[in-house]
Amino acid sequence: MNQQTSTFPAIQTQNLIKTFDKVVANDNVSFDVRRGEILALLGENGSGKTTLMNMLSGIYFPDSGSIEVDGKEVSIRSPKDAFGLGIGMVHQHFKLVDVFTAAENIVLGLPGKLFLDRKASTREIREISERYGFQLDPDKKIYNMSVSEKQTVEIVKVLYRGADILILDEPTAVLTPQETEQLFTTLRNMKADGKAIVIITHKLNEVLSVSDRVHILRKGKSIATVNTPETNQQELTEMMVGRAISLKIHRPLVEVKEDRLQISGLNCLSPEGVQALQNINFTLQSGEILGIAGIAGSGQKELCEALAGLYPVSSGSILYHPEGADTTDIVGKAPKEIRDMGITMAFVPEDRLGMGLVANMDMTDNVMLRHYDKGRGPFADRKRSRGLAEGLIDQLEIVTPGVSTPVRRLSGGNVQKVLLGREIDSAPRVLIVAYPVRGLDINSSYTIYDLLNEQKKRGVAVLFVGEDLDVLLELADRILVLCGGQVSGIVDAANATKEEVGLLMTQVPEEVDIS
Amino acid sequence: MDTFINFFNAAVLAGTPLLFGTLGELLTEKSGNLNLGVEGMMFMGAISGLAAVFLLELGFGFEMSGGLAVLIAILFAFLAGALGALIFSILVVSFRTQQNVTGLILTIFGIGFGNFFGEFLGRFAPGHAVTISGLAREGFSGLHIPVLSDIPVLGPLLFQYNILVYLAIGIAIVMAIFLNRTRFGLNLRAVGESPATADAASINVTRYKYLATCIGGGICGIGGMYVSMITTGGAWVHNSIQGLGWISVALVIFATWSPSRALLGALVFGALSIMRFYLPLGIPMQIYDTFPYIATILVLIVTSIRQSKEHSPPGLLGVNYFREER
Repeated sequence: MNQQTSTFPAIQTQNLIKTFDKVVANDNVSFDVRRGEILALLGENGSGKTTLMNMLSGIYFPDSGSIEVDGKEVSIRSPKDAFGLGIGMVHQHFKLVDVFTAAENIVLGLPGKLFLDRKASTREIREISERYGFQLDPDKKIYNMSVSEKQTVEIVKVLYRGADILILDEPTAVLTPQETEQLFTTLRNMKADGKAIVIITHKLNEVLSVSDRVHILRKGKSIATVNTPETNQQELTEMMVGRAISLKIHRPLVEVKEDRLQISGLNCLSPEGVQALQNINFTLQSGEILGIAGIAGSGQKELCEALAGLYPVSSGSILYHPEGADTTDIVGKAPKEIRDMGITMAFVPEDRLGMGLVANMDMTDNVMLRHYDKGRGPFADRKRSRGLAEGLIDQLEIVTPGVSTPVRRLSGGNVQKVLLGREIDSAPRVLIVAYPVRGLDINSSYTIYDLLNEQKKRGVAVLFVGEDLDVLLELADRILVLCGGQVSGIVDAANATKEEVGLLMTQVPEEVDIS
Repeated sequence: MDTFINFFNAAVLAGTPLLFGTLGELLTEKSGNLNLGVEGMMFMGAISGLAAVFLLELGFGFEMSGGLAVLIAILFAFLAGALGALIFSILVVSFRTQQNVTGLILTIFGIGFGNFFGEFLGRFAPGHAVTISGLAREGFSGLHIPVLSDIPVLGPLLFQYNILVYLAIGIAIVMAIFLNRTRFGLNLRAVGESPATADAASINVTRYKYLATCIGGGICGIGGMYVSMITTGGAWVHNSIQGLGWISVALVIFATWSPSRALLGALVFGALSIMRFYLPLGIPMQIYDTFPYIATILVLIVTSIRQSKEHSPPGLLGVNYFREER
């Protein structure tokens, strides 16, 4: 379809308005994307990026305004209509059937003959892969694939259906730097082939490296469209946030440090008998933030849970050196005992509310989960928890109608503040946080970083499991890299490069340097 | 040798109603619906198939050949089972009720439905029992296939069963091909594994769930009719299904959701249920009766220990799909 090198843009929207109840999600959004270019759509959470894309892919229908494809006004009422116009969406959360092969997922739901022609579909998928430089085995099952392979399947799926306008929703959120670079190479190949590509992201460095133009949304409104070569990070941030903010993450230095946790020879088996953690050795010091980097599923979750006493340890020791008290080995101790010693964990799982907070309970009750045994006799002490919850709202500027609102009604950033605030309140000596800024916008993220730095300055040993390498490199003192359940290296964050860490994420060096 | 052939024949005959139940439930579960009402749907099929032939003969004085009786029985048993499954689908797919509870209700309803009509219609019958004529019954007796049935050993072993046995095997083969080789089979499996993915691929999730569940229920119904026509010889016997539906639900797990393994599972369970007549071990009869249930428990334990992706239940089995919750 790319022969239509018309003068019209591939997609042009004019004054799109979409409201939900009284909330205006999109307010007069006008943007365009041309064939043979990559447009970055930049905006904070809640700025209306997803609403806009959902209108283009047929999930929502705009209240008013127009959408033009190749200069012709269209009405997109279902995902099918969108496909008919050649618009393909690659969602952030993959929509794939785990037990199917890549090829089966790609042909799923397409009309055709009664019997599947696996050979023909495999051949076509290979052709598409070669054309754009994808690495994809059509006969591989999804559950055997890495995250980046799954993403490749999603993209090929859209191309196989003949899309020539691609919309990618935060495609790099789950990729390593190397994988991201590979993705960008294929995107550039598609661009050269005349496809129109929209990439939604809030990572500024990626915007600058891959896009041709940037369209910025703020609070549902179109702010500006700028040519990428003529802008910079600072300018983009100001347009996105609406005011000047410093992008620098502070890394305060703490002079006096002492060893807090000493992990040696730690091995863990998963319930399926797979070695989840293999010979883990490291020391966590007070007054430092130790970052944990790694591809998703490299043992981060298992490591955190092993430290908190939630994951069975098959061998090795975790020595805990509290201030002015005797060293104890916490392996085999009950989670509650470990927590009482001052080792606390705030794990933010993918669904955010799954572990740690009970979605349907209010703030008071969620805070009480940590103090349920502090009351008199069989009665819980509600008053204390309520006071605490109210304190958290003031301290951390949590936006909520009140302490009795169920936490599921709070926005992501506020939920995370409740979770972290509760853990910090217990005055821990070791604080384990996993993905605390997942899905948060810039403002909330910086509040969380400040919180963690404050803890660090108080002499707390912080273990920070993160996804964004840029953040880890700026915030953490040292970075421990996990790869397939092993420590592939520990680097000094101030002197390390992203490439160095990225490489460690994908392979364990021949001689593991444990220091 | 003769004892073995007899034993094998008896195992096949006892295993066939289980095979129908298993295949019906298997198809249902592939769509992500866990319908625990198999027992009830078998009861509904049992009485409907029998009553259709009975009423045509008695009420209309209609003399039918064996072949026609078989067709009528299959049709009505299928419709009755599908009706039960339709009730289940409306409640579960459209009104999003909890699947386990709904299935149990369907079982209770079906048992009552079967026994009530079985006994109620008996009041109008000459011998106060719902029975069909000898002529109609002939349709359900063992076949004699020229040449094939006369092969020594193989003939009696494989080629002289009643028509329903071959129907069950045929359904198993067609279902295996459907699920693994056709586009619609792929779509159906996607609906059970991940309805949100199927929905995004513009597959009509609701339609697939309804169709698979209703056709599955119909197949279960034929299994019930097998009991009333063959096991009890064309006469209504109170509580004749006796837990076959429940064993079928377990057999789906035993077969790890594969129609071809369902063939093997049904044969094994059929053999267990008639073992006491062929393998005297000098133990009380009641202990023999427990064998299928003990095997079911063992199967459940083994399959839950041996977790493999290929042999797992459909990803979102038993979970209702709400598009808004994507």
